[in-house]
Amino acid sequence: MKPTNNQIKLFTPATIGLLLVIIFGAYTVLMRFKMGDIHTNMQDDFPWGIWIGFNVLGGVAMAGGGFVTASAVYLLNMKKYKPIARPAILTAFIGYLLAASSIMIDIGHPLRVWHPVVMWQIQSVMFIVAIHVLLYTTVLALESSPMFLEKLKLDGLKTIVEKIMVGIALFGTLLSVLHQSSLGAVYLIVPYKLHTLWYSSILPFSFLVSAVMMGLCMVSFLMILSSRFFKCSLNMDILTGLARGALVTAAFYLLVKTYILLSGPGLSAAFAGSMESRMYLLEMSVGVLIPLFLLLLPGIRNSLAGILLVDILVICGVIINRLNVSIFGMLRQAEEMGVQYSPNGNEIIISLFMVAVGALLYKLAVKYFNVLSYEDV
Amino acid sequence: MEASFLVDMTKCIGCRGCQIACKQWNGNKTDKTKMGPKFTNPVKLNAKTYTNIDFFESVNGDKLTYDFARNGCFHCKKPACVSACPVSALVKTKEGSVIYRAERCIGCRYCMLGCPFNIPKFEWGTVFPKIQKCTFCHDRLLENKIPACAKTCPSGTIHFADGIENNLKEARRRLSENPGKYFNHIYGEKEVGGTSVLLLSSVPLDQIGYQKVGDAVIPDLTWKYIGGIPAVIGMVLAAGIGSWVITRRNKNMDKEDNS
Ligand code: SF4
Ligand code: SF4
Repeated sequence: MKPTNNQIKLFTPATIGLLLVIIFGAYTVLMRFKMGDIHTNMQDDFPWGIWIGFNVLGGVAMAGGGFVTASAVYLLNMKKYKPIARPAILTAFIGYLLAASSIMIDIGHPLRVWHPVVMWQIQSVMFIVAIHVLLYTTVLALESSPMFLEKLKLDGLKTIVEKIMVGIALFGTLLSVLHQSSLGAVYLIVPYKLHTLWYSSILPFSFLVSAVMMGLCMVSFLMILSSRFFKCSLNMDILTGLARGALVTAAFYLLVKTYILLSGPGLSAAFAGSMESRMYLLEMSVGVLIPLFLLLLPGIRNSLAGILLVDILVICGVIINRLNVSIFGMLRQAEEMGVQYSPNGNEIIISLFMVAVGALLYKLAVKYFNVLSYEDV
Repeated sequence: MEASFLVDMTKCIGCRGCQIACKQWNGNKTDKTKMGPKFTNPVKLNAKTYTNIDFFESVNGDKLTYDFARNGCFHCKKPACVSACPVSALVKTKEGSVIYRAERCIGCRYCMLGCPFNIPKFEWGTVFPKIQKCTFCHDRLLENKIPACAKTCPSGTIHFADGIENNLKEARRRLSENPGKYFNHIYGEKEVGGTSVLLLSSVPLDQIGYQKVGDAVIPDLTWKYIGGIPAVIGMVLAAGIGSWVITRRNKNMDKEDNS
């Protein structure tokens, strides 16, 4: 990968599209804070919608690539992956910033978002989640700081940060393991509400494993996209390495999911023909079975198009999983209470707004900082 | 004092006096009356309605009969909502009530998700929304007064006692002295680990809208995860430091080889 910063054009059709979404979204966010709660389809018997299900759960899972790469490079000393450390960590940083902002938009009292920090309630998974979002976002800021510091010519500070990078990476890995799993633990509290296809005491573990799988694919996906949009060269060696990692994780994840299915409702539940079983089969085939099959074929595992396809499948599959846990799997109980949920326009536009902001931030970072061309080992 | 209700639905006459007393004592506004398929009004609990009487109509031969159900917080012994709240805005008091301290709440609504009976309600569409739920008239309990709904109930449906044990004894007495009158189950004795509000009815309770829940204490389910965190921290640190030391030694050996 060579420095290509100046070749990246600021205004492309894609960027203008992003800006449009951002303008609409910003207006909606403004209204949300001005009028309290703009109208959404969240309601008493369905208190969490897609802001939690898609932006927070999906965004954090997407950021899984950050800690996987950081531990590979800084703890396991796998030098080969050094070039992707910066983009992976930056992606995670942006993902966490967005998840944190989505939480701010979602909760009723954004100005009290600091309360958990001083009002410890260690029985609450939500408390665990809140503390980890805070700490890990800080760690990600530190982990990605060298590229900002070098731009600001603060070399002294940069050297200090790089000296303690191993420690930071270790702490970050610890926080990530806990945070990814605690998002699954959030749903341990709903044994009677969440459909048995997903409810399980090992939900935290399954969230962690799927985040690793998605993280690997997300990093690889971004590399391929960057090579296309930002015209930097691709390192096929790294891509196949990531694909091999994804293969191993996906195989393990399949075991975890099989255990959940068999120890819970049993195989027949997956083929019951209900809405839930269809969503379950969709999640499993898109996110696990088809990618696993494709990755087992060396021809696909070593081809750019094949890897791209697998990446997209896994990313979609894990997002479907998060939506299944947070929304589709909860609809049945809501129906028993006589309510329905599907996101309304306001919810969708704010969700898209978050994604667009993330994409734009990434692009700006790539343009103005040394993200993709960092090769010094 | 440890407040407890024994709610005997066979005694209820559907007058909704408890609903009105509750609204008056808590200063909650009324809802616009809506025509629904049932006589229940308001149709559901909401941020202004902590309790309501649910009307279930059935035809027995040529007779129309009503079964009533009283909805409201069960004031669980080990409340899921309390364990869910990250800032202890919800607490179980020594008086037995589960109360809400608005000034702490961040509005995350995890309590709503966690409560197996969907009791906490949210003031949707307001600038500074609060959670709203039955307080067991905690302010009255502190003055040694019984909750407003129990005080009002003309038919003795809502029976107040100091101590859950006393109400359990009373419930068992009613069940054994009136064979055939009741569906033989005390709802709340074992549900979610036991609740301060106990229910008796002549029909199976899930027929009149009560959730089918197990006996597991819900906070224990999440505690299994949280309690395991120290072990996870130990494992990750050991694995992380271990692999770092090993790979570093390899690196140093590489260097020596090169020189
Ligand atoms: S019924 Fe729900 S709101 Fe009431 S104490 Fe139990 S968990 Fe909390
Ligand atoms: S909404 Fe308020 S009371 Fe409910 S869990 Fe969140 S902070 Fe606690």
